[in-house]
Order: sequence, then structure tokens, then C-alpha cells
Amino acid sequence: MPAERNRGAFVVTDLAPPDETAPPEPPGAGAADPGPPRRPRRRLRTLGSYALLTAFAIIILFPIYVTVVNSLLAPDQLVHQPPPLFPTNPQWGHYVTAWTSGSMSKYMATSAIMTGIIVAGQLVTSILAAYAFAFLRFPFKRTLFVVCLATLMIPLEVTFITNLDTVTSLHWFNTYEGLSVPFLATGFGIFLMRQAFLQIPRDLQEAAQLDGYGHLRFMTRVAVPLARPSLAALAVFSFLGAWNQYLWPLVSTGGSTPLYTVQLGLKQLLGSQVSQIPVSLAGAVIAFVPLVILLLIFQKQLVRSLTAGAVK
Amino acid sequence: MTTVAAGTGGVAERAGDGADSAATPEPQHGLRTRRRKEALLAYGLLLPALVLFGVFAFYPFFRNFKLMLYETPPVPGLPQHYVGLHQIGQTLTSTQFTQSLVTTLIFVVLVIPISLILGLALAVAAHRRLRGMAIYRVIFSSTVVSSVAVASVVFGTLLNPVVGLLPWLGINPNPPALESTTWALPAVAVITIWQFLGLAFIIMLAGLQSVPDELLEAARIDGANAWTRFWRMTVPLLSPTIFFAVVVSTIYAMQAFGAIDILIGPMNAVRLHTNVLIYNIVNTNSPALGNNTGEAAVMATVLFLITLGMTLLQLRFLERRVSYAR
Repeated sequence: MPAERNRGAFVVTDLAPPDETAPPEPPGAGAADPGPPRRPRRRLRTLGSYALLTAFAIIILFPIYVTVVNSLLAPDQLVHQPPPLFPTNPQWGHYVTAWTSGSMSKYMATSAIMTGIIVAGQLVTSILAAYAFAFLRFPFKRTLFVVCLATLMIPLEVTFITNLDTVTSLHWFNTYEGLSVPFLATGFGIFLMRQAFLQIPRDLQEAAQLDGYGHLRFMTRVAVPLARPSLAALAVFSFLGAWNQYLWPLVSTGGSTPLYTVQLGLKQLLGSQVSQIPVSLAGAVIAFVPLVILLLIFQKQLVRSLTAGAVK
Repeated sequence: MTTVAAGTGGVAERAGDGADSAATPEPQHGLRTRRRKEALLAYGLLLPALVLFGVFAFYPFFRNFKLMLYETPPVPGLPQHYVGLHQIGQTLTSTQFTQSLVTTLIFVVLVIPISLILGLALAVAAHRRLRGMAIYRVIFSSTVVSSVAVASVVFGTLLNPVVGLLPWLGINPNPPALESTTWALPAVAVITIWQFLGLAFIIMLAGLQSVPDELLEAARIDGANAWTRFWRMTVPLLSPTIFFAVVVSTIYAMQAFGAIDILIGPMNAVRLHTNVLIYNIVNTNSPALGNNTGEAAVMATVLFLITLGMTLLQLRFLERRVSYAR
């Protein structure tokens, strides 16, 4: 059973298409052999495309590049004109300062734990609910599915006021429970997993039943493994959302030993003094690295989950 | 654990959505218990999600309407008293709210056209099939993973009047951008645009890839040049995607809270010029600053209604597109 099957559930925007073998471009369009008369013009156009693409890429990456460079500069170099575009004498100590006395290690741990709980919780609740919607018959099925989707329409701006009261009365203010429990279920995840489960052929389920598989065994042994691509997409999406949360951790933490996440930690690191700037930039780089890794490894899944809503 | 034999309802129904449709004929007695067991299992599986939704989505959503009708006591702990619609009217007509709404609209107008045009431009540039395109696509979509805090620190430094770059370029505004009543909001908009660009690119590229190549090819053979093809074919065919992007970016822009919280803050002199609705809501609700839950609830409802309106508009638009296309 090919795992590719449930790709049909999404409009797949592949960030990495099979470039080289694409039909519209005659083979060897970018290669250096001189060919028929149309070739030179085409090659010029290709060159122009690369120039444009590279210009765009430089503009987009410029802020990040400057951040990395500035995080390695000594304060007196930072205010130097013209600004150094390469750290000749990299001050790696800024990263150590951000990690230790800047408490980035603590903030990263908090974010990692919170994100881990949220991702795991969302995967579990989504799989369970989606399984019911995809494989089981029960009264009010359609209504309950609409109820789940309706949660997507309720924004955090409306719910955080009351959720703050709820979390406080549960004594969860400034705790991991408070940070994560309100986000353990997601209508989007249920929708995504249901779509994936519906792609699983009926024959397979019938065969499993003949083999004496009950629902729970079918779910864990067959349905979930087959839905892995969607599961990965959901996991990446949840990770991104949880890691980058700002508003909720801000209002639901505080006190004398605040349980700050990385995002709130960065705000603490920001100082007004020039000497503090490279350290806070180092902190930003530290906070950004997990996400860059995420993007590089899971770009396909990420794009799939982000565009899942774009199509009817 | 329920075991369902082959050919019974649970299997036959799977693809459909409805609870009851034609079931396979079956001896009455076994079917009923099986059905009940299956329903029980379903509710059991749904329970965790439904409980969480109930407590953390629907309860706060409905309680929000109640909060709008009660005035928050000046000191926490005192009983709230019912003021009915009075508080709603008062909040909606207050200058603080109207100014905040106007600021939000300006902010949305600053963010959306630019980020969508840039996103589309990037997508068009990256839509060609070229060697190494995968790398460009990853770069163009990279800002989608940046958090608001990272973006704020990055741009806060770029805009810092002491750090080398701006003074060297001869741009030395006084007061600095983030302390200027004119430039603070556009500065926050730039951060939001940069952050949203990755998503705008991904959405637009997905749209472009769904435009059938044969159509464009046919137009090319008919002699339409690239410019005509883009405006007369690609853009109209892309309109559902563009509309989707408008809705997503509007919602995104209206939730731009972090950058203002980090870079402007409640003590900054320009805070009134960057007091977008979401920021206003959080501060109004904050025990330390506004301490007025009722008023915050009213404004939160307004924000919700704008979001809802946008989404419904999109659904109608999509419906019309679909029926038109077929």
C-alpha cells in the first residue's frame, strides 16, 4: 500500500519539483551547448530569471544575514560606519552569554516542553476524533463534525479572556498545563486526518476485519501508519504554531518566577544598551535555529499543511 | 473492543458522511448491539477533543457575550453588575475604540496589498522550471517559520538609530522610526509584511500550480504575449487564490500583536498611534493596565465579527467561482 495515496487530499505545492525533467523546457535548456536559433534568446531569459530570483533571495535573506553578522560583532564594531558585512573577529561569547546569563537555555527548555506536549496532544486527539468521523457510524456525526470545524472560526482574541480565568481557577497560571492544555485539540487537525483516513481503500478495512482486527487495532496498525504523510504535516504545523505562540504565553505566565517561552524570553533579552544588542541578536538566532531545521527537513509537509485550507 | 464482521454497516458506510444510509440487510438482533457499540466507541474517541473544545473554545466564546453585558468592578473580587447594552454602546462610541479601529484599518491597508503583490511576484518568478529552483523556493518561503519575536528583534536592530546601517545610509530620522508618531506603524507593518511574505508566496505558488498549463500554452500559440497571458488569464484564474490570500492576510494582520508589544510597548509615547484593536483588547483586559474585561469583550467581539465577515465573504466568493466555472 503506497503511502503516497493520501497526497490526493491536498493541492500539493511541491517546493522541490522534478525540475530537470520538466517537459515545457526542451532538454538542455540551461546547458552550455549552442543549438538552434531560438536558444540564445532563451538562454538570456534564463539568465535574467536567475538574476531576478537571486535579487529577491538576497532581499529576503538580508535581515537574517545582518542579524547573524551583528550577533558576532563587538559593540564598538556594531556602531561602526560603514557597517562590517562580515564578522572579522567573531565574538562567539555573545551566544554563550545569551545561553547562560541571558537564560536562553531555560526559555528553550520551556518552549520545547510546551511544544512537545501540544504537538503530541494534537496528534492524539486528532487521530482519535478523525478515526470516528472517517470509519464509524453514529448519530449526529455530521453535526459533530461541523462543531469541530466551527472551532476554527473562534479566534484566540475572543477566547483568551475567559481562558485566562479558567486556567487561573484551575491553578494552572504560570504552569505547563496552563501553557498547553487549551491547545491540545484542533479542528484543523481533525479535518486533515479525516481527509487522510478517507483515502484508505475500503478493501483494506474489509481484509483487516476478516483477519479479526478490531477498530483500535486497525487504527494503530493500519490507518495511522498509512496516514503518516498527513500526520507529519500536522505535526510540523502544530510545532510551528506552538513554538511561535506569543499572546497566550504572555498573558498566562508571570509572577516572581515566570515560565517564559523563547518568544517571551527574547523580549526580556532586548535591552536598550548597545552592548546588549549582539546578545539579544544571538538569542534571536538561537530561537530561530530549530525552525530553520524544521523548514529544511520538513518543507514538503509544512507547505502541504499550510495550503490545505487554500483549496475547497 | 468492537469487532465488526465484514459487510456490516460500519464498513459499507465509511465513505459517506451521513449517519444513516442504506445498510446491508442483516439479522436484527446482532446489528443493533453492534451499532450501539460502534456509536459508543465513536463518542469515546471524540470525547477528548469535544471536552477540550467545550471548555477552551465554546464556553469562552459564549461567555464573551455575557461579559459584554457586565461592568467590571474597579477592584477584583467585588461583584460584577449588569449594565445591559449600555457598556456595548459606550465602548463602540468611545474615541479610544474608534481610533483603535482606524489604526487597525490603516495597518491592514499597509500590510495586505504590499505583501500580496510581493508574494505573487515571488511566486511568478519561482514558477518557471529551472535548475536549482527548489533552493529559491525554500528561501522565498523561509520567513513563514520566523516568529514575531525573532522578526521584532531582527528589525528592531535594523531600525536602531545607533547601529551602523541606517546612519551609514544617511537615514537618521529624529525621532527614530519606532518612536515617531508617523513611522512607528509603518515600521511594524514592514515587520508583518516580511513575516507574512513566506506564507503569501506559498499560497500564490499553490494557486499558480493549479492553473492548467495547457490553457496558457493555447493562449501562447494564439499569439498572446506574456503580459497579456498574465493579466487576462493567470490573474483571473488565480482570483480564488488571491481572495483566499486576502482573507488570510487580513486575519493575520489583525492579529499582529507581538511586534507592537515588543517594539512599542505600553509605555512608549507613540503607543496611541499603534494601538491596533488586538493590542487594545489585551491591554484593556490586563489587570495592571486597563482592568476592564467587559470593554475588552466588546472589542473582541468586533474583531471576531470582522474575521467572520471576511471568511463568509470568501465562502460566497468561492461558491460563485465554482458555479461560474462549470
